Amino acid sequence: MSSTAASTDLHDLGVAELATKLAAGEVSSVEVTQHFLQRIAQQTSLGAFLATDPDVSLAQAKAADARLAAGERTPLLGVPLAHKDVFVTRDFATTAGSKMLENYRSPFDATVVAKLAAAGMVTLGKLNCDEFAMGSGNDNSAYKPVHNPWDTTRVPGGSSGGSAAAVAARLVPVATGTDTGGSIRQPASLTGITGIKPTYGRCSRYGMVAFASSLDQAGPMGRSALDCALLLSAMAGPDLDRDSTSLDLPAFDYATDLIAGYACKPSNGATFDPQKPLKNLKIGLPKQFYGQGCAPDVLAAVRSALNEFEKLGATLVEVDLPLTELSIPVYYVIAPAEASSNLSRFDGVRYGHRAAHYTDLTDMYKKSRSEGFGDEARRRIMIGTYVLSHGYYDAYYLKAQKIRRLIAEDFQKAFAQCDIIAGPVSPSVAWKIGEKSADPVANYLTDIYTLSSSLAGLPGMSVPAGFGAGGMPVGLQLIGNYFKEAQLLGAAHQFQVATDWHMRRPSAFEVISK
Amino acid sequence: MAIDSKEIARVANLARLELRPDETERVLGQLNGFFALVDQMAAVNTTGVEPLAHPAALLGEVALRLRDDIVTETNQRDTSQVSAPAVERGLFLVPKVIE
Repeated sequence: MSSTAASTDLHDLGVAELATKLAAGEVSSVEVTQHFLQRIAQQTSLGAFLATDPDVSLAQAKAADARLAAGERTPLLGVPLAHKDVFVTRDFATTAGSKMLENYRSPFDATVVAKLAAAGMVTLGKLNCDEFAMGSGNDNSAYKPVHNPWDTTRVPGGSSGGSAAAVAARLVPVATGTDTGGSIRQPASLTGITGIKPTYGRCSRYGMVAFASSLDQAGPMGRSALDCALLLSAMAGPDLDRDSTSLDLPAFDYATDLIAGYACKPSNGATFDPQKPLKNLKIGLPKQFYGQGCAPDVLAAVRSALNEFEKLGATLVEVDLPLTELSIPVYYVIAPAEASSNLSRFDGVRYGHRAAHYTDLTDMYKKSRSEGFGDEARRRIMIGTYVLSHGYYDAYYLKAQKIRRLIAEDFQKAFAQCDIIAGPVSPSVAWKIGEKSADPVANYLTDIYTLSSSLAGLPGMSVPAGFGAGGMPVGLQLIGNYFKEAQLLGAAHQFQVATDWHMRRPSAFEVISK
Repeated sequence: MAIDSKEIARVANLARLELRPDETERVLGQLNGFFALVDQMAAVNTTGVEPLAHPAALLGEVALRLRDDIVTETNQRDTSQVSAPAVERGLFLVPKVIE
C-alpha cells in the first residue's frame, strides 16, 4: 500500500476533486481504489457493505489507469463508487438485502451499473439496504443493520442506508441509491449527505430489483450537489429497448450547467448577479410540511437554511399541498400492491431460496417464500395481495390511484406559484436502532414529506441544512417540477457555495489509523 | 373495517405464504392498525377522478412504448441457471406435478 502524503486524505476528496487529481496524474486509480478498500475493511462494524472483492475492484482500477495513460479525459474516469445492492451486477453477488437472493449472481449488469462502468468508474462493492428496498431505517436488511456514522446507536435511514452511511463515513466518494418513497432523500438527510431522486423515468430501471415499478427510480448520493450532478449525468439517459418507462429525452450534462449557474440565470435577460445568484428563484413552502408533525429542531434547521436561500436572492411563498397526510395511506396501498406482484416471481424455481423440506409444488412455493422473505416484505406482500383481491380492489387500490392523481394535480397548482418547493425531508433526526422496529405504522408515518412527490413522479433532493437534536444532521428537501433536475442541483449548488453544512464530517471517522 | 384471522389465512394462501400461528396474531394486529390509517382515504371525494396508474401518464409528451418483437438477447442458459436451486441437463427441477 502506497503511503504517499496524498493518499492519507484521498477519502476527504469528492468526485470532482478526485477526477482532477487522476486526470493530472497526481494519483492513480489503483492507489485511490486501494485507499478506499482499506477504509472499507477498517469499518466493517458500520454494516454499510454486503459485498466487496478487491481483485475485481483493482482490475477495474487498472483498466481505468490504462485509459488515463492513453490520454482519455472524461469526468468520472478512475473514480471509485459503490452500488446499492438492488442493482444487479455480474461481478458481485446481488441480494437486495434479502435471504431470498443470498449468493444470487446476475447474468447481466443493470443499465446504471453498465453506464457508470463505461464512464470508467471503479466498483468498490455492494451496499447494504432494507430488504427489497422496503424500509426507512435499514433495520429490515436480512443480513445486518447499518449504523449511522454520526452516532452508531442510530439508524442511517433507509432504504439506501448503506449508501448514505458509506458516503458520510467517507468509505466511498459517491454511491448509487434508489428511491421509491424517499429511499434516497431520507437517508441522505439523516446522514448529512446530498442525494437526488430524478424525475421518474430519467434513469433506467433495467437491472434494478423491482419493488414498486411505478415509483422506483435510481439516483446518486454524494457529498455535494456537484458530485451528484457529475454522477447523474452518467447514470441518466434513455434505455428505450430495455425499460418501457425510460424517458425518451437526451442525456444531459448537469455539472457544466451547474457550475455556470444554471437555474439561477435571469430569464428576462437581466445580468446574473453572483451576490444574488438565486434572484429569480421562487421557493414554495407547503404549509403542511411545517406543522406540528415536524420536530422543532428539524424545523429550526430548515428555516435557517431557507433564510440563507433568501440571502442568495430567492423569494419564499406559501403554497398548499392539502393531501400531504393522505399520501401515506395512498403510497402504502399502491407500493405494496405493486410489490406483491413484483415479488411473486420468487417461487424457488428459477433463482432464489428454495426450502429444504416440502410436500408438493404449492407447499414448496409457500415454504420457500415464507423462509426467504423477512417480516416487512411478507407484511407488504400480504397488504398488496389484500388490496388487489376481489372485493377490495375498488375501495383500496383504485381509490388510492384516484387520490394519486389529485396529489399530482396539487403539485402542478403549487408550481404555478413557485419554481421549486422546499421543506423538511424527515419529521425528525435519525432515531435509535430498534426504536420503531415493533411498530410498522410508526415507521410509515416518518415518510410523510417524501411520499407525495414520489407518487407524482417528481424529482426531489436532500441537501444538508444543519444539525438538530443530539448533533444529528438535518436535510432540506427541494422538490422540482418534472425534468427540472438541473434547476434543483443548481439551487443546491449555490446554497453549498454559500454554506459548509455539506462539508461537515462525523468526528468518529475523521482519523482512521493507516 | 377489521380483518379477522380467517381473512388473513385466505390472503396468505393467495400470496403463497405460510404464517406461523403466533405470527398470524401479530400480523393481524399490524394489518388492522394499518387499515385504520388506510380508511382515511374514504374521506376524499374522488368522484369523476380517473385513477393514475403511472406518473408517465402525466408527462404528456412521453408515451409508454413497445419495442419491436424481435429476439435481442443471446442464449445465456448456463449463466442464467447458475443461481437456480435445482437444475438437471439445463432444465429447472420442480416437485412432481402430475401423478
